[in-house]
Amino acid sequence: MTTNLKSREDSVMKTPSFDIEKIREEFPTLHQEVHGKPLVYLDNAATTQKPRAVIEKLHHYYTWDNANIHRGVHTLSERSTQEYEAAREKIRQFIHAKKTSEIIFTRGTTESINLVAQTYGREHLQAGDEIIISHMEHHSNIVPWQILAEQSGAQLKVVPITDQGELDLEAYQKLFSKRTKLVSMVYVSNSLGTVNPIKQVIEFAHQAGVPVLVDGAQAVNHLSIDVQDLDADFFAFSGHKLFGPTGIGVLYGKEQLLEKMPPYQGGGDMIRQVSFEKTTYNDLPYKFEAGTPHIAGAIGLGAAIDYLQEIGMSHLATYERDLLDYASKAFEQLPDLKIIGQAKDKTSVISFVLKDIHPHDIGTILDREGVAVRAGHHCTMPLMQRFQVPATVRASFAFYNTFEEIDKLVEAVKKVQEVFTS
Amino acid sequence: MSELRELYQEVILDHNKHPRNFHEMPEATCYAEGYNPLCGDQLTLYVKLGADQKIEDLSFVGSGCAISKASASLMTDELKGKSVKEAKNIFEKFHAMVTAKPGEETSFDLGKLSVLAGVCEFPARVKCASLAWHTLNSALKGEEETVTTE
Repeated sequence: MTTNLKSREDSVMKTPSFDIEKIREEFPTLHQEVHGKPLVYLDNAATTQKPRAVIEKLHHYYTWDNANIHRGVHTLSERSTQEYEAAREKIRQFIHAKKTSEIIFTRGTTESINLVAQTYGREHLQAGDEIIISHMEHHSNIVPWQILAEQSGAQLKVVPITDQGELDLEAYQKLFSKRTKLVSMVYVSNSLGTVNPIKQVIEFAHQAGVPVLVDGAQAVNHLSIDVQDLDADFFAFSGHKLFGPTGIGVLYGKEQLLEKMPPYQGGGDMIRQVSFEKTTYNDLPYKFEAGTPHIAGAIGLGAAIDYLQEIGMSHLATYERDLLDYASKAFEQLPDLKIIGQAKDKTSVISFVLKDIHPHDIGTILDREGVAVRAGHHCTMPLMQRFQVPATVRASFAFYNTFEEIDKLVEAVKKVQEVFTS
Repeated sequence: MSELRELYQEVILDHNKHPRNFHEMPEATCYAEGYNPLCGDQLTLYVKLGADQKIEDLSFVGSGCAISKASASLMTDELKGKSVKEAKNIFEKFHAMVTAKPGEETSFDLGKLSVLAGVCEFPARVKCASLAWHTLNSALKGEEETVTTE
C-alpha cells in the first residue's frame, strides 16, 4: 500500500498465515445478530471492535491492579505504574519513536491536536502567520487551528484536492510563504480512505523550515508507522481506532520541540515542585499529563498493540487491500452508485452515494439487513461541499471482515434500490 | 422487511420524489431554517400568516433524506388553512405518534400524516421526521437562529 509497510519491524516478524476464522473468534462483538441478521460491522473508520486480549486486560487491571500511578509506594500502585509505563514503551516501539519521553498520553487525536495548537501554536504563531491544512481534514484538524487563528491572528491556508480525492501536491508547495509556520495534515482521510504522500509533504515543509503535525488517526490501524523515517514533528492518533479502548490517545512529538513547549494543562503529576511563589514543571512526557490519566485505557491500548504485532501489520494491510479491491469491483457493477474518493493509494474505505437516495435512508435500510455503516458528513463538512454531496455512506473494512460480508453489503445496497424503486 | 415497508411507504416515497409546496415564498410573513446535524438535512420553511393567526400558505425548500423531505411535504399540505393553535395541537399528536414505543397501541387520528407512524420503529429517524415541525415552531415564534434537532 505504501513503502512504509516494509518497515524494519515487519521484515523481522514471523507470523503464521492469515487465519480469518481464528481472528474473528478473538472479537466477541462480531458474533451477534442485529434485527435478526448476523451483524456485519463495517464502521471501522468510526471505531474498531476490541479483541479479547484488550477486554481481558481491562478486566484484569480493574480486578487486580487498580491504583493510582507514579505516587504510591504500595504494591498495587507500583504494578499499575509499571503497566502504564510499559504501554508507553509498546507505543514507542509501535511507531518507532526514539524515546518514550516523546510519547504523551492524551484522550485521543482531537486532544493531541488541541494540545499542539494551544502550546506550540500559541507560543510560535503571531498575527499574519500561516498554517497549512488540506481540504480533506477532519473537523478535529480544522477547528483547533481556527481557534488558534482567532487567538493569534494567524490564517489558515487550505491545500485543494483533486476530483479523485488526492492531495494537490503542486498547489501545496505553492501555498508556502515566509509566513508559513506550521503544516497540519491528515495521513489517511477518514471519509475517502486516501493515503496522502505524507513523507513528501513533510520533506517539502522541512526544506522551508516548517514543522509538520500528522493526524494519524486513520493511519495507525492500516499502515506501519515510523515517525523517524517520516521525520514527523508531531504525530497524533487515538487508541479506539487501533482496537484499543476509547478515551485514550497519543501525541508523539520530537523531544527538542516538546522540551520548549509550555504545559497544556496544570495540575498533579505535571509538576516537580509547587509553592505559591513558583512552580517547576516535571520532565517529559509528564509535563503534558496533568491529572490522573486513563490508566486502564493506556494499558488496554498496550494490549491491542501486542495483539496487532502478533499478527503483523503488513499481513493486515495485504488482506485489507484484497477486501477493498473485491468491494470496489462489486460496487462498480451496481447501477447509479458513485464512489466518492478514488485515490490510487487508499486504505480499506469506500464512501459512496446512490442516485436520488439520501445516505441516511441507505444507512437505515442497511442496518435492518444487519450491516453497520456510517451515513453522514463524517466530520468533514468542507470535503462534502468539495464533492457537492450533503453526505455519503461509508463502509470501512478491518482485517476481521470477510469477503462474504462484502457480498452481504452489496446485497443490502441492492435492497435499498429495490425499496426506493418499488 | 415489513418494518422497512412500513417506513418507506409509497406515499412517503412519492412525497420524497415530488415534494409538495416545494418553493420559496417571497410574500411569507415569517420563515425559519432547520438543520439536522446528524445527517445534514436542512430546510427553510416559509409561512404566510393571516390577520386571524390562520396559516394561509406554507412552503419549504432544502435537501434531506426521504423521511425529512416527505414529512415537510406532508406537513405543508396538511396545515394550510389551519390556525396556529390547531397546528400546534397537530404537532403534539404527531410527536406522540413518531415517538410511540414500538408495538404500542396508538390512535392519533392524524389523517394523511399517519403514514409516518412507522418512524417510531426507527428511533434514529425521529429527528428527520420532526425537523420540519420544529422549524415551523421556530418560524411562528419569530426566532431567527437556525433550529437544530440536536
